[in-house]
Amino acid sequence: MTRRHLLLAAAGALAFGQSGSPNLYAIQNATIHTASGPPIANATIVVRNGLIEAIGASAPAPAGAWTIDGKGLHVYPGLIDALSTWGVPAAAPVAAARPAAAPGGGGRRGANDDTPANVQFQDDGGPEERPSNTSWIKAADLVQSADANLIAARNAGFTTAIVFPTTGIFGGQGSVLNLAGDRAGDMVVSSPVGQYLSMSTRGFSAFPGSLMGSISYVRQVYLDAEHYKTAKSMYAQNARGLQRPAYDRALEGVLESPRTLLPAGRKVEIERMIRFGKELKTPIILYGGVEAWRSADALKTAGVPMLINLQWPEREREGDPDFLDSLRTLETRELAPSGPAVLAKAGVRFAFYSGGVARPADIRKAVKKAVDAGLANEDALKAMTIEAARIYGVDDRLGSLENGKIANLFVTDGDWLAEKTLVKMVFVDGRKFEPPPTPAPAGRTE
Amino acid sequence: MQRRKFLGGLLLGPISASAAEGTIVIRNAKILTVTKGSFDGSILIRDGKIVEVGANVNAPADARVIDAGGQYVMPGIIDCHSHIASEAINEGTVSVSSMTGIEDTVNAEDIGIYRALAGGVTTANILHGSANAIGGKNVVIKMRWGKDAPEILLDGATPGIKFALGENPKRRGGGDTGLATRLRYPATRMGVEDVIREAFTDAKAYKANWDDYRLKVAKGERLIAPRRDLKLEPLVEVLEGKRFVHAHCYRADEILMLLRVADEFGFKIRTLQHVLEGYKVAKEIKEHGAGASTFSDWWSYKMEAFDAIPYNAALMHKKGVLVSLNSDSGELMRHLNQEAAKTVRYGGLTDDEALARITINPAKQLAIDNRVGSIEVGKDADLVIYDKHPLSNYAKVQKVFIDGQMYFDRDKDMSDRAVKAERRKMLAEKQKAAAAPARPAGGARRPQ
Repeated sequence: MTRRHLLLAAAGALAFGQSGSPNLYAIQNATIHTASGPPIANATIVVRNGLIEAIGASAPAPAGAWTIDGKGLHVYPGLIDALSTWGVPAAAPVAAARPAAAPGGGGRRGANDDTPANVQFQDDGGPEERPSNTSWIKAADLVQSADANLIAARNAGFTTAIVFPTTGIFGGQGSVLNLAGDRAGDMVVSSPVGQYLSMSTRGFSAFPGSLMGSISYVRQVYLDAEHYKTAKSMYAQNARGLQRPAYDRALEGVLESPRTLLPAGRKVEIERMIRFGKELKTPIILYGGVEAWRSADALKTAGVPMLINLQWPEREREGDPDFLDSLRTLETRELAPSGPAVLAKAGVRFAFYSGGVARPADIRKAVKKAVDAGLANEDALKAMTIEAARIYGVDDRLGSLENGKIANLFVTDGDWLAEKTLVKMVFVDGRKFEPPPTPAPAGRTE
Repeated sequence: MQRRKFLGGLLLGPISASAAEGTIVIRNAKILTVTKGSFDGSILIRDGKIVEVGANVNAPADARVIDAGGQYVMPGIIDCHSHIASEAINEGTVSVSSMTGIEDTVNAEDIGIYRALAGGVTTANILHGSANAIGGKNVVIKMRWGKDAPEILLDGATPGIKFALGENPKRRGGGDTGLATRLRYPATRMGVEDVIREAFTDAKAYKANWDDYRLKVAKGERLIAPRRDLKLEPLVEVLEGKRFVHAHCYRADEILMLLRVADEFGFKIRTLQHVLEGYKVAKEIKEHGAGASTFSDWWSYKMEAFDAIPYNAALMHKKGVLVSLNSDSGELMRHLNQEAAKTVRYGGLTDDEALARITINPAKQLAIDNRVGSIEVGKDADLVIYDKHPLSNYAKVQKVFIDGQMYFDRDKDMSDRAVKAERRKMLAEKQKAAAAPARPAGGARRPQ
């Protein structure tokens, strides 16, 4: 929305909102899937000023409402990508991972000034240098509302994404973002909602260069954060006679984060990260889950939620046709999509995320695979809506169609997972968007 | 979830006996106890422990009987130097990586565990690599195939840490290769010594700092606690004798250097690993009280490993050093019995002395000899059945027990193979069809 649009809108009728579109809608005669109860047939949903005002078979359309005939249409809560990078352009300033003046860094560097520029000395590097760490940055501060990925996702029925800066080991803090807004700030529903950790390594020459290095580094940072918190609090109570704790933005970022996301694909990793999370003394969310089908008991016992990557493992299309994979690899490919069904049965909290699936149209296809592997359709919907909201503690405002909640929803001409179903309109914060006419539906060519 | 069971049963843990199985008797066996002689007889196992060994045992009527058919039973092999079952080996980016530990990266599903079992190994010391002067912490595991990471750890084993001397820790410093590859201090053997000295000087200062803080707080002073440093804490444990040092080394000069540095700082080297020139300084090794864990006849793979002899293990043993033979390799690990046999040929050790290199001696080096390393009443029932005498080249492992449970059975392994191969073929074809490029007409086409 440009400034010009805003001016035009201000001159418009009172029934219209700030952004130039109506602020009171009633969708009538539709099938409404609330994600908090059974579907309601021939029902009306009323949206006013960005919130859901009424839902029900007998809910009347208020006077002055912009009515939409929902005959033959289905209304769903807006989809949520539970771990996303939509809206944060790739060139976000997360690349500047290293603090400008690293304390205690490069102890012996002076003696090696003849080093070629491409050789990086790390001989004194360690956790105290905070490598690969931008824990203080927030997705809410990086988001761009005109991002093409964000718009493509919205056209596919997504209204919300939990967006994280994901570069480095401590990527930064995530924000719950609605996928529309005149200004970036309008999009933010909640922030910060967690710290994104990868257990990535930095190769041959820079700490950490191995998984055990990454884990030990993260452990030290959380220990340092606890120490920092205590030291700051003692100093704040009475500064007299105490050494001043040095300001550390990496620890500030960790302390600001209400929960921590840890990577965990295979069973071995899931169990490892559950144990590690207990050490970190912070609530954790695991993401990945390719072997979630083997880890339901461990997740259930620990009470840890799992975000499932919708990019299921597949045989490489361009691979050697005669290569025979190991039985273990084959079993993983075969059974990965059954993970959500296993978790649902075990009562483990989980939600889906787009992961490596690039095209939003392919995301629903990937969800369909989980349904084909035994997940109930309504549980799949929950895993893309209310469960994501619950995991991040925003289910009081998002994730289901209930009175008083944010009016995030999408309207289709059929079951949301059916191949030929089209998204007819999407509401974000009560604002209506109509996806452009779809090019040839996915899976068909010419 | 039948499919889950399928994977669980075939891929992970071909365990035929359950923990609650209670009492087992292995009969009709040629028993090689290693520490108490060899004889024909039986072994009675209850709740995972050996409760009776002898020509005859008092087995209850409901005991599960395993007839060894006159084959050989020896204690499970212990490998004092291995890198299997971990998803990381080296944190080689820094010269002191004592904050890292194999405990964080254990992979209980590594096929190396199953292969080790098939070679009669039941316990191994999983070490950090030798990329840096002070490496990471190690774990001692049992090959409890099918169990998860915490369950394969040998509980009660004294924690340890890896050190490394010589070419590996100085290699990234550039050494002879020129500036362009210089990534890290040190570049010389002198530098390696300096790194170790500096680290322990720091560790002593760290400990003093904490001691001072505790003293002042006890007197009622209001102070902010020192920061905990996970790099220095393991080194303080070394100084306090609570953590073993396992030091990778080759040359006599560097071995003496490390023993002197340790003496000076007041800690002990628990084992010297590789220690190919140990025969030259066996007296000094004995005086320090270090163990030696070496190869039988593997050398000349680099300059510092040239001056080696196959008599090394026997010579150090005869000077009174506690000597074991290790693998440092997932392949060599599968025939450590043959490595032990070489000490009979080179150095004239007795059969029991040779077998001790891979059983009771590594158990003593790891201070787990109260649990494992020989067939004795009260010890864990970690046992291997071989069809021939284990010092024979022709001996094959038939069955392996850990804590009285069977974790490897050669017959079962052989009979499972066809089932696995069939499922593998079925899944491969199914997935190949699914991944075939979609074509508008004419169906799938093979890539050109």
